[in-house]
Formats: sequence, C-alpha cells, structure tokens
Amino acid sequence: MTPPLLELASVSKTYPGVKALDRVSLKVERGEVLALIGENGAGKSTLMKILGGVVEPSEGAIRIDGVEHRALTVAGAMAAGIAFVHQELNLFDNLDVAANVMIGREPVFAGPLKLIDRAALAAKVTPLLQRLGVDFDAATPVAALSLAQRQLVEIAKALSLEARIVIMDEPTSSLTASETARLLKVIAELKAGGVAVIFISHRLVEVEHCADRVVVLRDGAVVGELARAEIEHDTMIRMMIGRDLKSLHVPAERAPGDAVLEIAGFRTPAHAEHAIDLTLRTGEILGMAGLVGAGRTELARAIFGIDRPLGGALSLDGYKIAIASPRDAIDHGIFLVPEDRKRSGLVLDFSVTENVSLANLKAVAAGLIVRRGAERRNADERRAALDIRTASVDTLVGTLSGGNQQKVVLAKWLSMTPRVVIFDEPTRGIDVGSKSEIYKLMRGLADAGVAVLMISSDMEEVIGVSDRIVVMREGRIAGFLERAEFSEENVMRLAVGRRDLQAAEAVSC
Amino acid sequence: MLKKDLGLLVLILVVGLVVSILNPRFLSPINLGNTANLIGLFGLFSIGAGIVIITGGIDLSVGSVFALLGVVYIDLLVGWQVSWWLATIVVVLGGVVLGAIHGFLITRLHLQPFIVTLCGLLIYRGIARYYTNDGTAGFEYGQSFPMLEWLTAGRTLGVPHSFIMFLVVAAVMGLVLHRSVFGRYLFAVGKNEEAARYSGIRTERVVAAAYIISGGLAGLSAIYLAMYTRSISPASHGNFYELYGIAAAVLGGCSLRGGEGSILGIVLGAILLQILQNLVNLLGIPSSLNFAVMGGVILIGVVADQQLTRLRERRSRR
Repeated sequence: MTPPLLELASVSKTYPGVKALDRVSLKVERGEVLALIGENGAGKSTLMKILGGVVEPSEGAIRIDGVEHRALTVAGAMAAGIAFVHQELNLFDNLDVAANVMIGREPVFAGPLKLIDRAALAAKVTPLLQRLGVDFDAATPVAALSLAQRQLVEIAKALSLEARIVIMDEPTSSLTASETARLLKVIAELKAGGVAVIFISHRLVEVEHCADRVVVLRDGAVVGELARAEIEHDTMIRMMIGRDLKSLHVPAERAPGDAVLEIAGFRTPAHAEHAIDLTLRTGEILGMAGLVGAGRTELARAIFGIDRPLGGALSLDGYKIAIASPRDAIDHGIFLVPEDRKRSGLVLDFSVTENVSLANLKAVAAGLIVRRGAERRNADERRAALDIRTASVDTLVGTLSGGNQQKVVLAKWLSMTPRVVIFDEPTRGIDVGSKSEIYKLMRGLADAGVAVLMISSDMEEVIGVSDRIVVMREGRIAGFLERAEFSEENVMRLAVGRRDLQAAEAVSC
Repeated sequence: MLKKDLGLLVLILVVGLVVSILNPRFLSPINLGNTANLIGLFGLFSIGAGIVIITGGIDLSVGSVFALLGVVYIDLLVGWQVSWWLATIVVVLGGVVLGAIHGFLITRLHLQPFIVTLCGLLIYRGIARYYTNDGTAGFEYGQSFPMLEWLTAGRTLGVPHSFIMFLVVAAVMGLVLHRSVFGRYLFAVGKNEEAARYSGIRTERVVAAAYIISGGLAGLSAIYLAMYTRSISPASHGNFYELYGIAAAVLGGCSLRGGEGSILGIVLGAILLQILQNLVNLLGIPSSLNFAVMGGVILIGVVADQQLTRLRERRSRR
C-alpha cells in the first residue's frame, strides 16, 4: 500500500504563553479535496505556515510520501510539491501573466546577459492556462485581471511548479457566485489530475459541494473529521463551536436608554451593494460579530469619517449629522479605537503625553502654543485613571506593552467627552489581565451613558462582554441576538449563513 | 538640546579651531562677517527645506524660485518703479503662492513631492530665463534703495543683517516647530500620517502648510539673494541652492523618512556647511573640490550618526 501523499503526525506549535496547535494529525491522499474549517483563531493559519515551511513545529512530524521530516523549509515545501494560493495574492501587478507564473524560473538564452526567452516562456505558460480554461492569455498584464482571474494565475503558478498539493486559503472570500462556480470547477479539474487540494473556507456551502473530507479545528486541535457522506452544514457548525466559554459579562447598571447614533442605509465602498441600518443606544455595549472580511471594520471606518460612505445618513440624538473626516466625528464625540493600534492608533515614537493630547491639543494650548505643563498634568491624570503602567508619561509609547498601549489610545479619547466609542478588536494581542481591565473600562463608559460598539472576532469576548450582538455577513447585517439568545452556535449560524445556493448548485466537484 | 545637536556644535567648534590654527585669517572680523552673511543667506531657506523634510517630503524647487522671483523683484523695482516695500511684499507672497501650488498638487492630487518640486525647478528656471530673454537683470546705474539695502545687506556692529534675519526667523520657526500645536501636528504627520489622521488631524492641511512656509521663506531668501548679488543671470542664479538647503537640514538631523529634526539642528547644519566652504578657500584647497568636501562631510556625518545610534541601542538593550 502506498503511503499517503501528506501526513501530519501529532504536530504541535507553542508560542510563548499560547498553544497555537495541539497534536494535530491529518492525512491527505492523492486526488483528494480536504476542507479545513474552524473559527477565527482556530489554528488554520499556523497549520498552513507549517506546511509552507515558514514556521517550524514545536513537536511532531510531517511525512511526505512516507518520508519523515521534522520541519519543512520554504524550499523543501516547494520541492515536495506543496503550493499555496493565498488569501492575499502574491503577484506582481506590473508584470504579465507569463512572467508571474514563471517568476524566478524564467527560461533564458545562452550567454552572459541571461536574456529572457520570451517565446519559450509563453510556450510553457500557455498550456497551463488552457488546462485551467481561463479567458485571458499569457501576455495579459496582471494589473488588468480581476481578483478571480489573478487567483487562476496563482493556480497556474502552482501547476507550473508541478504541485501535488495545492493549499487554498479562503479562495472564494472575494469572488462573485459565478467566479466561485468556476473556481470549484478548476478544483475538480485538479482533483481529476491527481492533485490534492486543501481547501480552507468559511463558506460551508462550498465545502459541502466540493470536499471529499472535512477536518474541523478548534482551539488548535482537531475536533473531528467528516467523511463525504457526513458533510453537512449543521454538523460542521456544531463541531466548530462548543467549547466552554468563561463568563466575562459584567452586568450593566441600568437598562439601555435612548438611541444615540442611528445609522440608516449606510453603504461602504467595500460592500457597495448592501445598505446597513443600525442603532447604538446609550448605556449599551453592542457586540459586532462576523467572520474576517464581513465588512465590520469598513463600517467603522466609514462612521468615523476615514472613508466616504457611498450613501446613507447618520443621526446623533435624532439630529442629522454630516461626517466628512475624522475631525467631524471627533467633534461630535464619536471616537474609534482602531484595529491596528500601532499603525492607526498611536505615534509610537511619541511619548505617552504627546499621544494622549494628540486629538485634543487645543484643550491644553494657549492660543497657538502648547502649554506643556497642562499637557503633562492631563496625561498624568489619565495615567492614574486608566492605570497605565509606565515609569513616566515621557516614556515613548512604542516601548509599552500591548495592553498599556491600548490604554493610551483610550486615554486619548477619554480626555474628551465621548458619546459613541467604537472599539475594533479591542483586545487583540493583549494579555489576559489587561483584557479584563479594558472590559471594565468599556462597561464603565456604557454605565456613564456612552454608546459602545465593540467589533470582535473573539467569540468569548463577543458573548461575554456584549449586552446585545449584531452579526455581519458579507457586507450586510445578518441578524441581532439578545442576551437570552447568546450562544456560539447562534452567532456562528448568522456569521456563516446559508448562501444563495443556486450558483453553487450549478456545479459539484 | 538633543545629543545630535550637541555633537554638531562640537564638530563646528573643532573644525573652526583646526581651520583657525592652520589659517588665523579665519577669525578675522572680515572673514567672520562674510561667513555670517552667507550663513544667513543660505540658512533662511534651509529652515524651509527642513520643515518640508520633517513631513516626509522634499522641496527641490527653491533654487529656481530664487531666479524667477529675483528677476521679478528687480523688474518691479527697476522696470515698474514700484516702491521697494510693495515689491518685497509681492515677492514674498509670490513664494507663498508657489508653495501653495506645490502643497495643492501634493495633497489634493496626491502627486509625489519629488516630482512636483522637480517640475517646479524646471518650470521656474525656464520662465525666469524667458522673462529676461536670457539676459541679466540688474539695477540701473546710480539707482539705490538706502533703506532696503540697509535692511538686507547692511551691518550693525559688524553683524550682517542677513544673519540677524536668519536668527529671527529661526527663533520664530523654533517656537512654531517645537512649541506650537501646528509644530506638534507636523511631527505627528511626519512620523505616522495614518495615526495623525485617526486622531482628527487634517493631515493634508498640515502638509500643504509646510510647503507654503518653505515657499514663503524662499520668497524672503530671493530678496536677500537678489540684494546680495545685485544682478541676476537667470540661467545660473541660485543653481543647486535647493541642495544646500536639503544638505543643511540633513546635516542638522532631519530624516528624509520624516518626523525627525529640529530648528537648532538646521541652524547648526547651515553654519557647518558655510564653514566648510570657507575652509576650502582658506586652506588653499582647489575650489573645484568644493562640492566634494561638502558631500564627503555629510556622508561621514550621516554614517557616524547611524553607527552611534546603533551603538546606543545595543547598549540600552543590555
């Protein structure tokens, strides 16, 4: 009996303080489509990095054709025939299709100049494109291709490397229904040619349609495997969720009050076709759940005035307001604690003091000149109130821990009068102790009458901290959950949804 | 005072000491006065160059601005017989307008600063040459403007007024850059434009203002340079001066990546550059090596600064 094409034997990966993968074992056979599913943070990307040779496993072994490796290198993974089609594509916009497919392996003429043999290049690439049945040719510049077409270029690149295992990470997340159908056809094609496909997707409908087998990850461990006959939407959801959640909920001091911010018919550039209606109420923490890419951050950016919405209206306390820039939002008391605090939230080379006053420098200035004493006193007050742990407010923010950095972002806003605070992934990369402090601060804000919107991909946080949950899916609001209905299953059901099946019905692999 | 500025000051003193030992004429009142005059002339627009660099941009146009505004200035005084103070206001405003155009193109049309100001460099030089039919613009025989000449080229107790003007502008800009709300925004935008935007700073206005300041200071410099040379051949007047400004700013600790620099540093950078020029003359080094000396010193300075920073970081990590 031939050994399986790829086998992971009890692979673990430990990062300081976190077990990203816990004794994961799985097999992939030739010509098989294996779907890998799990929530955000279940360990899928770590697993992919190990297969790509980017990350070394802490324990366990990888067997390819029965040959055991302790770890793969990037070159080793390529030589073994493992190829990736990434979520973010790695193509050179400025080159044509053929050049991208054969990058680094261009056929050259003899001679010291190593001129590229363009005819040979095209001759190598064209058959691959034909095999995939694409509607563009080898000389098309990549810049002119759609996202779906670029994905096909990536697949052609994988084929040119004689890949035997193609790993696709969320390949359909930005595709239209017909593009998805074509991609599923290509997967069937690959499978017929004996290539194994590892298909990572949140879209369970597609998984149902094309997977031969499903492996479910949760908290870094394999929690189950489904054979072709057992692959069923509800079964998959049930397996993805169902861990014990610690209760984090601090009850609100009072029932939610009046509407503060009403969002009506809002359309963001990322999901222009869906209008969003949402109401934020005083005294309430509204949790916003959804899968990565569901359009939550885009909504927050549009409310805060970073991106111009394509349509829709905002009203604060019943009065229409126009927000054309973050300055307008801030002047109305609408604040955003952004997802990427190092890039958007803080100036890392500025001191704590300078960061805290940045959004409201005029308050500590006499005319045009900053009063440094007043600025410092304000920062010191905020440091005491939020318990920012730093030797001095003159310390550069870049040297603080993640939790303290996040508190500095908050301090920046809390030195003004907030009406609405939007938190985007408020505790990402933050230690457990600081997390609970941030939850307490959020609750404190809500109790003081502020409307809090908390975007989070952390299920424990969404269920544990929110008073009400809104779930987004593919750019629209999938539904609301009241506290009594809070469960991982209910959130996941809304987040994953049942997509319009028609397009997917049209094909099956 | 930052460590960087202190290092620069020490370097100036050491170079000055060595030169004065090798050639005592360095410390003669005439030489010091002339050097101070040049420091003033070149320092004025170096401050503008530094402010633009702090936003992460660059202004390559100033040398050509001197030629264009210089010929306009002389034409206003000589051809149009406009009173000198009105002509002065027009020319400074002209610099402001050119800076505003650069700012508009960079922040509204999102063009790269290098390209916008490079085009400015070519366009203004061309217009200046066309304006005078490639001839030299100068004052007529016997024409004199006592007040204007006193203000620009005069001296008090041997101190050239250009140098005093430079120090006044430096003091004002020091206040603006290091103490004002706008100055803080300038550094924030240079360090992390996105975080500045998320903090409600209108980053586009801040960047545009930097180009306007640079343009305004270029307008002021154009007057001082015109009154210094007293005649302007538009094909060569102010050639490469933008690079002197950038060199002084960089020598003074401005990072081309943005967000770093100080007025004191720029002042010291401008002083060091002129001392180097002076040194070439006084020590009998062929003047053709002028640029080579300047380039060599800047290169050594930047390399030394980088190595020292690394050393300090390594030490603090231990």
